[in-house]
Amino acid sequence: MSAAGTLPDVADLGGPAQPLLKVEGLSKHFPVKGAGLFQRKRVARAVDGVSFAIAKGETLGVVGESGCGKSTTARLLMRLIEPDAGEIVFDGEKVGATLGLRELRRRMQMVFQDSYASLNPRLTIADSLIFAPVVHGVARAQALALASELLEQVGLDPSIVLGRYPHELSGGQRQRINIARALALKPRLVILDEAVSALDKSVEAQVLNLLVDLKRRFDLTYMFISHDLNVVHYIADRTMVMYLGKVVEVGPVEALFAAPRHPYTRALLAARLSTDPQARTSAVALDGDPPNPIDPPSGCRFRTRCALAAEVCAAREPATIEVAPGHSVACHLHDPASGHREAQAHG
Amino acid sequence: MPRTRSAVRSPGHASQFARRLLADRVTLACLAILLIIALAAIFAGHLAPADPLKTSMAKRLKPIGTPGFWLGSDELGRDVLSRLIYGGRMSLLMGTWPVVNALIVGGTLGVVAGYAGGWINMAIMRTVDVFYAFPSVLLAVAISGALGSGMKNAIVALTVVFIPPLVRIAETAATQVRGLDYVEAARASGAGAATIIRVHVLPNVLGPIVVYASGLFSVSIILASGLSFLGLGVEPPQAEWGLMLNTLRQAIYVQPWVAILPGAMIFATSICFNLASDGLRAAMELRT
Amino acid sequence: MVDVPALLDVSELSVAFATPRGQVQAVGGVSFSLGRGEVLCLLGESGSGKSVTLRALLRLLPERRAGVSGRVVIAGENIYDLPARRVEDLRGKTISMVFQEPMLAFDPVYPIGRQIAEVITRHEGATRAEAEARALELLETVQIPSARQRLSAYPHEMSGGMRQRAMIALALACNPAILLADEPTTALDATVQMQVLLLLRRLQAQTGMSVILVTHDIGVAAEMADRVAVMYAGRIVEQGAATEVLTQPRHPYTRGLLASTVHAGWRGRRLEAIPGAPPDMITPPPGCAFATRCPERFDRCETQAPAQTSAGPGHSVRCFAREPKGD
Repeated sequence: MSAAGTLPDVADLGGPAQPLLKVEGLSKHFPVKGAGLFQRKRVARAVDGVSFAIAKGETLGVVGESGCGKSTTARLLMRLIEPDAGEIVFDGEKVGATLGLRELRRRMQMVFQDSYASLNPRLTIADSLIFAPVVHGVARAQALALASELLEQVGLDPSIVLGRYPHELSGGQRQRINIARALALKPRLVILDEAVSALDKSVEAQVLNLLVDLKRRFDLTYMFISHDLNVVHYIADRTMVMYLGKVVEVGPVEALFAAPRHPYTRALLAARLSTDPQARTSAVALDGDPPNPIDPPSGCRFRTRCALAAEVCAAREPATIEVAPGHSVACHLHDPASGHREAQAHG
Repeated sequence: MPRTRSAVRSPGHASQFARRLLADRVTLACLAILLIIALAAIFAGHLAPADPLKTSMAKRLKPIGTPGFWLGSDELGRDVLSRLIYGGRMSLLMGTWPVVNALIVGGTLGVVAGYAGGWINMAIMRTVDVFYAFPSVLLAVAISGALGSGMKNAIVALTVVFIPPLVRIAETAATQVRGLDYVEAARASGAGAATIIRVHVLPNVLGPIVVYASGLFSVSIILASGLSFLGLGVEPPQAEWGLMLNTLRQAIYVQPWVAILPGAMIFATSICFNLASDGLRAAMELRT
Repeated sequence: MVDVPALLDVSELSVAFATPRGQVQAVGGVSFSLGRGEVLCLLGESGSGKSVTLRALLRLLPERRAGVSGRVVIAGENIYDLPARRVEDLRGKTISMVFQEPMLAFDPVYPIGRQIAEVITRHEGATRAEAEARALELLETVQIPSARQRLSAYPHEMSGGMRQRAMIALALACNPAILLADEPTTALDATVQMQVLLLLRRLQAQTGMSVILVTHDIGVAAEMADRVAVMYAGRIVEQGAATEVLTQPRHPYTRGLLASTVHAGWRGRRLEAIPGAPPDMITPPPGCAFATRCPERFDRCETQAPAQTSAGPGHSVRCFAREPKGD
């Protein structure tokens, strides 16, 4: 960005080999209200022992259905919710130890799904955009100049937009503003939590193009959370599949989509709608509903809906096995040591 | 050179609010009446034809229209018109001051409780619940009785009565706003709690709180008059509508029209506050 | 060839809403018909008028604020000419509706079994026992597990997918000839969405009812529809067999919409997004509403609104660039 802002760039430590974000054992259990005085306290295990890493300059797609914990994970990373356990390391610096919250927020920003709820309805767009830089010490005039520049970067005309209120703009415009707002602090990692899901398809394409441009221009890293597998297949470099608070599969996007290893990933991919009226889907990929994170099944959480479930699946949680370079699965089927009758060695 | 001036400034929320208010005739009429009553009270010295405290045993309980006593005289021969005008001071003061105090104290407590959540929220709200358990009239009378009569004590009593509902309203509004994405985005930008409350939470909760408080004015006037009626508020021979209602009680069969006048004033003022507060709420609604 | 009378015939349906900012022309002259056993999909983005059109078919729009003109003929009668009582008889019995958000259709304080039974007793005069037996049958038909226990379940006790199935059961209670569905699977997870769509397809094949499905998702249209009507800014811009409209679209908007759909084939390349945004319906443009965003526009498009022309058997298009003797 130009010299209009006085926010210094966040330095790169550790070089390209060091992951930008490394998460280890992240957990969050929400207490469930309504338990009687003498009943066992119930918890919703929204995120349970999640570990992954994001390399610099990559787009990590995160997919999963409702209750899988992907949005909670995002909020845990941003420290909008306090984790119960786990370690987050940003470019070699451990959050909470060497990296304080305020500095973390300069490095990592988030774009939310609801473009209208993300903007204070009582503030003009200008006020919304300058809020974060001013909090971090930028003078108001310079923050305004920065805001104008950002709006131009996201394809909006500052002279028209700056004085407006959120309700006067369209969903696509608002989401561009939310993206501009996220970039105002010059973050290195941007978490996009279903950022294009609520937009019309034609606007979604525009915003996706914009996101790709911005990533290149500002050397960003993305964590792209979405329920739309087609969008993830288009934009992500690696994809992580979550189910009921756990990571079930992670891998390079082409490999994962072409040859999914986990039964749940297979079901998700099979549940995509066909776009050819002459080649319609004939069978259901998966029966039943995603279960409740309050009382998850013992052992492998997916076993209640898995056609290949065996006794070991109820007895033990599957270990995470690397089946190919950079591609790992948490499933007894791929763990030769699991005792599953159909366990295969990887490779 | 980046353009920083907006070529088009859209109407802000303030002007939209003003426009809606000016279009609402009922609310404008009520506000006008309240303004007249308030001005009359402030300039009572210039407007009142007679000394409100001057008694005259010969001229007791004269009917409306008597020269020199245009609205009649009370049981001690004092000019009712003058007493109504001067009484407005006390009544309005006792009606508005407690609400304003409660708004500041209760609003702050509620917003803090709503934003902070957790044990702070529990501590504040459960304390408030204890007070809420008492019916407001009884609570007012009890506190007033304990403190003793007099205007200052009555104001304290009423303030305490109004704090719990205002805390509730403020807490509900603040909790709601706190869960919205734009507040999360503000937290994500590294701002401190005080800044977030000032910039994001307050402007969005002030609306419902102020509207609710404006509805409390009418309740306060009635409660204050009630306290004076019971002898717990303003002391005789001060002019105050509630007190006048009490002392003129016995005259209701002798001069009924004079006797109901203070009640009519309480009623009129209270209704105007009520309607005006409805109008305020309608004008403040955020249009999406 | 014998001309089978259509079950539902809509001609020149227009809906205008009175809002504080002025009149909004939500729907401007929509015409289509629905045959027996046919699945028609109204495909469009937000603001296209598709949901308003659907509600207009059942006279569900608020009478004071919405000005409706045109004809909606169901089984030979124009629903807008009928007295209110006859309209109520039609709703639920001849033509019924499934909504996007299942919680909206159910009363939260009554168990779903009771609500379904209520519809049956209202329209078919059955006894409580008969109606409950039928409600149980319906829950089983929509594949709700442990149907007997679920009869006494409250709406909030069920998952999203199950509520949607229950809503379908409610809609099918009196064997309607026409089922209207407004984005029935948009709020559901991918795996559940597939289940519900396949269920709908199966039920439609079994009962032979006609379905009008409103959606913004091309995938839903491809999986479900026999015919597709693409809507933009309150008008139908293209109408025809699903196999034709979705694979060989004629209207520039349909082409743009299909081309901008994100899928893996675009990986590494820029998406072909339609530039601009839909118009403001308070001051609708005088000519073709898509003109400002259309890659094939010419001057005439901005001043005159194109009429519906044929683009093949059973396939019509509203576009000057597609008229037989084009400019």
